[in-house]
Amino acid sequence: MRYLPKSPADRALMLSEIGVSTIDDLFATVPAEYRLDHDLKIPRQLGESEIIDYFKQAAALNATGYASFLGAGAYRHYRPVIIDSLVQRGEFLTSYTPYQAEITQGTLQAIFEFQTMICELTGMDIANASMYDGSTGAAEAAMMAVRITGRDGVLVARSVHPEYREVMQTYAQHQGHTAREVDYNPIGSDNAGRIDLAALDAAVSDATACVLVQSPNFFGIVEDIPAAAEIVHRKGALLIVSIAEAVSLGIMRPPVEADIVSLEAQSFGVALSYGGPYCGVIAAKEKYLRQMPGRLVGETKDTKGRRGFVLTLSTREQHIRREKATSNICTNQALVALMTTIFLTVYGKEGIRELAVQNLAKAKYAADALSAVPEAKLLFENTPRFHEFVLQTEEPVEAVSARLLEKKIIGGLPLAKWYPELENASLWCATELTTREQIDSAALVLADASVTAGARS
Amino acid sequence: MASSPVVEEKEIVEEVKPFVGNTRKVTAHLTQNEALTFEKSSPGKKAYKLPPLDVPEIDASALLGGAVREDAGYLPELSEIEIIRHFTRLSTWNYAIDLGMYPLGSCTMKYNPRVNEYVSRLEGIAEAHPYQPEHLSQGALQIIKTLQECLVEITGMDTITLQPAAGAHGEFTGILMTRAYHQSKGNPRKTVLVPDSAHGTNPATAAVVGYQVQNIKSNSLGMVDVAALEQLVTEDVAALMLTNPSTIGVFESEIADILHAKGALLYMDGANMNALVGKTRPGDFGVDVMHLNLHKTFSTPHGGGGPGSGPVACKAILEPFLPTPVVVENADGTLYFNYDRPQSVGRVRMFYGNFGMFVRALAYILANGPDGLRQTTEDAVLNANYIRKKLEDVYELPYKTPTLHEVVFSDRRQVARGVKTGDIAKRLIDYGFHPYTTSFPLIVPGALMIEPTESESKEELDLFVDAMRQVAREAEENPELVLNAPHSTRISRLDETTAARKPVLRWKPPVA
Repeated sequence: MRYLPKSPADRALMLSEIGVSTIDDLFATVPAEYRLDHDLKIPRQLGESEIIDYFKQAAALNATGYASFLGAGAYRHYRPVIIDSLVQRGEFLTSYTPYQAEITQGTLQAIFEFQTMICELTGMDIANASMYDGSTGAAEAAMMAVRITGRDGVLVARSVHPEYREVMQTYAQHQGHTAREVDYNPIGSDNAGRIDLAALDAAVSDATACVLVQSPNFFGIVEDIPAAAEIVHRKGALLIVSIAEAVSLGIMRPPVEADIVSLEAQSFGVALSYGGPYCGVIAAKEKYLRQMPGRLVGETKDTKGRRGFVLTLSTREQHIRREKATSNICTNQALVALMTTIFLTVYGKEGIRELAVQNLAKAKYAADALSAVPEAKLLFENTPRFHEFVLQTEEPVEAVSARLLEKKIIGGLPLAKWYPELENASLWCATELTTREQIDSAALVLADASVTAGARS
Repeated sequence: MASSPVVEEKEIVEEVKPFVGNTRKVTAHLTQNEALTFEKSSPGKKAYKLPPLDVPEIDASALLGGAVREDAGYLPELSEIEIIRHFTRLSTWNYAIDLGMYPLGSCTMKYNPRVNEYVSRLEGIAEAHPYQPEHLSQGALQIIKTLQECLVEITGMDTITLQPAAGAHGEFTGILMTRAYHQSKGNPRKTVLVPDSAHGTNPATAAVVGYQVQNIKSNSLGMVDVAALEQLVTEDVAALMLTNPSTIGVFESEIADILHAKGALLYMDGANMNALVGKTRPGDFGVDVMHLNLHKTFSTPHGGGGPGSGPVACKAILEPFLPTPVVVENADGTLYFNYDRPQSVGRVRMFYGNFGMFVRALAYILANGPDGLRQTTEDAVLNANYIRKKLEDVYELPYKTPTLHEVVFSDRRQVARGVKTGDIAKRLIDYGFHPYTTSFPLIVPGALMIEPTESESKEELDLFVDAMRQVAREAEENPELVLNAPHSTRISRLDETTAARKPVLRWKPPVA
């Protein structure tokens, strides 16, 4: 086997030095009845070229060469080439969690830079070294708020990504806290598509630990964070802001009124990769430091006074506190956090803003072009949004999508599964990679559909 | 004239200089200094170029109203070459598997094949959107299904979910399923049993799922005390979380029947699966539910602390409780996600898990085949036993029980000279090795937990043995040298106390 660095002679020599005659002597503690006496029934050993062929064939069965308007928590942004060059350096790729600080300063300093940039972007004081993703980060943020407040009520806006809400529900089941949802303002009302602040006000009580809102929310709409914070804080509860589209932070005001921010940083240079690995991160006000889950890197000095970085405050963590830990998390998403760190360093202070503005411009053009078709209209049209929008068509979304696919366009995501009240609605996203040509082509297909539908009626 | 001065010189050497080992594996060389990006930043430098906008410009303030931000804060401004150098310099401050043996016990730091990285970056794989239509995702679904089938066969279980994002997340999922199973029988039960040799994630997980944790003491062999277990297992016990082989590398048996007699389940922490693949299967020795770590056993890179992937395999009795969605095959052979699973514990992560890690793990399994996986396990066990044999005369072996893929010594003999496991570990750095795991498992005071994996040649193992023996001699004859190690790194030991007492967790601009 080509990964194994031993000759048959090496093995024989080592066995004799150990003092056994066969390798199976070393497995003697495994009772005979449990020992496997045949080959595993898995594919035979493949050569490297065969492995590549196998995956190329699989890749060819996935969509390639399509223009895509999908977003909804997984965003297609340009990934600068140097990200992959750098993260494939073996010293980053094949290093372990930096517990031995003297020989992992590279990883530690990069995480320190990551924590700093996340604080700058979110307006929080502290940020951890990463969480699995935005959905589990949201669940852990709620658990954190329950610990901080000693209360057990969790309120979640219904405009939060449906899969985030599902994960929060799964985590909440046995935590002794209840997760209730707060609806959004319906179509046609003021602030349509935003969390219903009157309903929120009525729902928050002295038993509420936290309220979690997403901004931009699942419909792409910018929530009114100061107004939500005012209501939440009046009852002594914490406000958690979940951000699924990190690029929005380039142009959107940081949620400084929040107590905790849970960010999914996939947009910062991480491949879509069919949904993972991505990069969650929790940021918070400094006073909540001791309840923060996950790893933290801190600056300190060595015995000669030189600056260095270490994993710190580990008394919060499972390997020290065991069942009393702030979370059971151990491995996180370090290499993905490194990708996002490189991405932010490439774009920097000016670039992240320019990038976010381009996204805003593309989405504005797309929303206008697609809703200019008579039988398609923009929902929640007067509420500010970032780079996603909800389009309602006269035809069912499936019919529209099928027509678009014929032109090699993947249209918006059907919303009926999660929001049955939004009939024939789909969620569209445009990023800096979406071209005017693609948007115009999609609009033409929608117009065709309306012509066909019109001819039928 | 020829003989007497030589004798004299030898005597002087032996009297004056205490023993300092010969670090054969490494030679000191220069590494570049590098500040934080924030400290190197200058306004106006750029490392990006966006294409010109092909749509009309917009006024962000008009579109976003009050939600527009003034500026992005202190993000660095650097050119591309500076960024390449920055991160390349940082990388050279890290130790890595690619540089040499990384014998962290329980972590399985094996070779991370590069073809895995290559195939995970193929366009149809890396650019696949999780919500693209299922008929345009058949390749991704096939990868998921094929990996599932391989892992089910390797573990001897009946079914599996790949959704959990890491080992601890897999534990969480497996214990949630255990709870749902008991609940479906009318009583979720109260307690999860955890051996005192277990990883910290085990008790932390049980607590997160709402169980009380009861610790079980190990017996004199370092194994779960079967008699004590029989006493502890009642109708209130939901499961035992067992690491097998245990954290001292010992194979545990005779346990499943005791649990099953009282309706409790056997959960296996698969952290040490690298000792078992192709030689024995958890499903065959009575395990009901277990997680795997694709970033340990199946070669996906640790990446400095993740991403991981923690699939959970289980017996058919737990199948209804798997997280949603599950991959199902249509009559025509196409694949789809089934979300209609009324007894499911729910979703543990958005989308389908760390898919990019599935690709890498499957590439590893295909590169090995059944013969390669078995040889891998045998070599891992051979390596650990070779180290055990070569070091047991200089380091204390607290448990003499035969071990599989790792070996745990204690620092008892070195402590007599004031040298502890953490000191030996730091001195090992000067010899060009990453330390073993220190101070774990908790049942061994002053533990040195060594897992070489299959990826080490006899030559590398001999260098490691040589280094460990020389450090033992230094501890005996020159303890100060070991106590102040490492001596060859960019920085010496860091002040961890101040780091925790006065945390500095981010860079701040100098006050003007």
